Amino acid sequence: MRKLKNNIMTVVLASALIICIIPLFLVIGHLIKNGLSSISLNFFVNNPKPFGEEGGGMLNAMVGSLMTVGLAGLIGIPFGLMAGIFLVEYRHHRFAGFIRLLTEVMQGLPSIVVGIVAYAAIVLNMGHFSAFAGGIALAIMMFPIVTRSTEEVLLLVPLTLKEASLALGAPRWRTTFTIMVRTALGGIVGGILSSIARVAGETAPLLFTAFGNRFFSTNFMKPVSTMTLQIYDYARTPYASLHQQAWAAALVLVFFVFINSLLAKFLAKRLSGRR
Amino acid sequence: MKKNFSIDHLYLSILYFFGFSILLLTFIVFYELLSSSTLSIKTFSWSFLLRNKWDPIREIYSSLPFIIGTISTSFLAVGISSFLSIGSALFLTEYLKGQFSSFLSSLIDILAAIPSVVYGLWGLFVLVPFIRNIQTFLFRYLGFIPIFNSQPYGFGIMSAMVILSIMILPYAIAMIRSVIEMVPSDLKEAAYALGATKWDVMRQVVLPYVRSGIFAGIGLSLGRALGETMAVTMVIGNRNDIPRTLFDPANTLASVIANEFNEASSSLHMASLVYLALILFIITFLVNLAMRSILKRYSLEKRR
Repeated sequence: MRKLKNNIMTVVLASALIICIIPLFLVIGHLIKNGLSSISLNFFVNNPKPFGEEGGGMLNAMVGSLMTVGLAGLIGIPFGLMAGIFLVEYRHHRFAGFIRLLTEVMQGLPSIVVGIVAYAAIVLNMGHFSAFAGGIALAIMMFPIVTRSTEEVLLLVPLTLKEASLALGAPRWRTTFTIMVRTALGGIVGGILSSIARVAGETAPLLFTAFGNRFFSTNFMKPVSTMTLQIYDYARTPYASLHQQAWAAALVLVFFVFINSLLAKFLAKRLSGRR
Repeated sequence: MKKNFSIDHLYLSILYFFGFSILLLTFIVFYELLSSSTLSIKTFSWSFLLRNKWDPIREIYSSLPFIIGTISTSFLAVGISSFLSIGSALFLTEYLKGQFSSFLSSLIDILAAIPSVVYGLWGLFVLVPFIRNIQTFLFRYLGFIPIFNSQPYGFGIMSAMVILSIMILPYAIAMIRSVIEMVPSDLKEAAYALGATKWDVMRQVVLPYVRSGIFAGIGLSLGRALGETMAVTMVIGNRNDIPRTLFDPANTLASVIANEFNEASSSLHMASLVYLALILFIITFLVNLAMRSILKRYSLEKRR
């Protein structure tokens, strides 16, 4: 009887896993089926054509994504890194636990709320939408993610390494940057890469900040489009050719995320092996 | 030596600044939401929470339709995904071993990173037509049941619920897996030595040991579902009324903001949308805070 129950439950649990994986494969399958046919050189080197006309590409959106994510990294990464180091250095500080908890909670901040905040803080003050505001919004999302991943990796560095360095008379900042950070570099970079992948896929924080733009622009003070905004816009138009482009953009985006996480895993393995 | 000391001093105070900047950020978020919604808070005060009307033309705003939309879609999604994710996490960690298990886990991790708008695109063009067929069927044969008794549009609560449960699955599995991995193996081995079957061990050792951790993992995925914007906006149908059936189009707090903010017709309209964002912020903040506090116990155990 117990044996039978055991076997039944094994089947039940296995089918739970299978049910979980099916829709995820469906998503990937449809992405590849619909996206692959629309990806051509055109897609990467051209800007959008006027509505209703065939052809055109997403160069403007790719550049816009690069700008907003780049600016986010420029701000989010140093803040995240230093805050992560803070959590490790002040592990026993009475506020460390509170700061850590707050960081984790802010990781769950809904992206649409970030968009509203960036709109109120920047767009309203500047008077217009801009790539700059979009970058700041993404930086707000990136900051807690990098903080937590940095902290987690740094905690894995053996304490003996740190103590040896301090015992040799090295000051704390040097110990941190030349011993701790260097040892954990692979994991830290991996964490940064996955935070980049995460914010590159965000749409909601950009709706009211970067706003979208059908024309090519590299001006940080002007609105820009991003891959995600373009997918959202195109999906809501009635044109089949634009739907195709949305699928293509989604495929490119998911491919980017995939490569990013492979790279993160590879780096974490490779660099952490080198002491 | 003396010089090093002062640099160290500087270094530590710089760290202090960065460490506390997350606190500053939290305050900024709260302050910006509060100050931009003041107009609406003053106009409607508490009635904003409980009245059932969102009418931009007559300038009457309240949050009840969206709170109900948010809570119903999120809880339904979590209800569907919780059993599936617990089952999958158990199977991945305890039943499958070695390469295959880690391959599936990293696959699921990657799927957790698929952008929301991509799920939305899939939902719009693949899921909604599919759901519409199911709804037509349900309406025809089970239409006498109140929750199935309305026009089968496809867009609505049901599609939002399905897309949300698909989206939170990988996240919930990852959270639950990380707590299940913390069950000490000597406990499990002791049970096996007493002649327990695998399921006995799961049921009587593993699950009781991590019960609160699993609860927190599912709670965190609820937090995700509550604030999820793009995918929901694209499939929920965007109607500003309280949904009566499972098929009704509706709106969540996040989706109505995404939908109307850029076209807000007046400053009161905009302030009311920010008020919705403030409500969403407070709800998700509290949910995340509670769940993270529960999970803290597990991470402390891990650090040791």
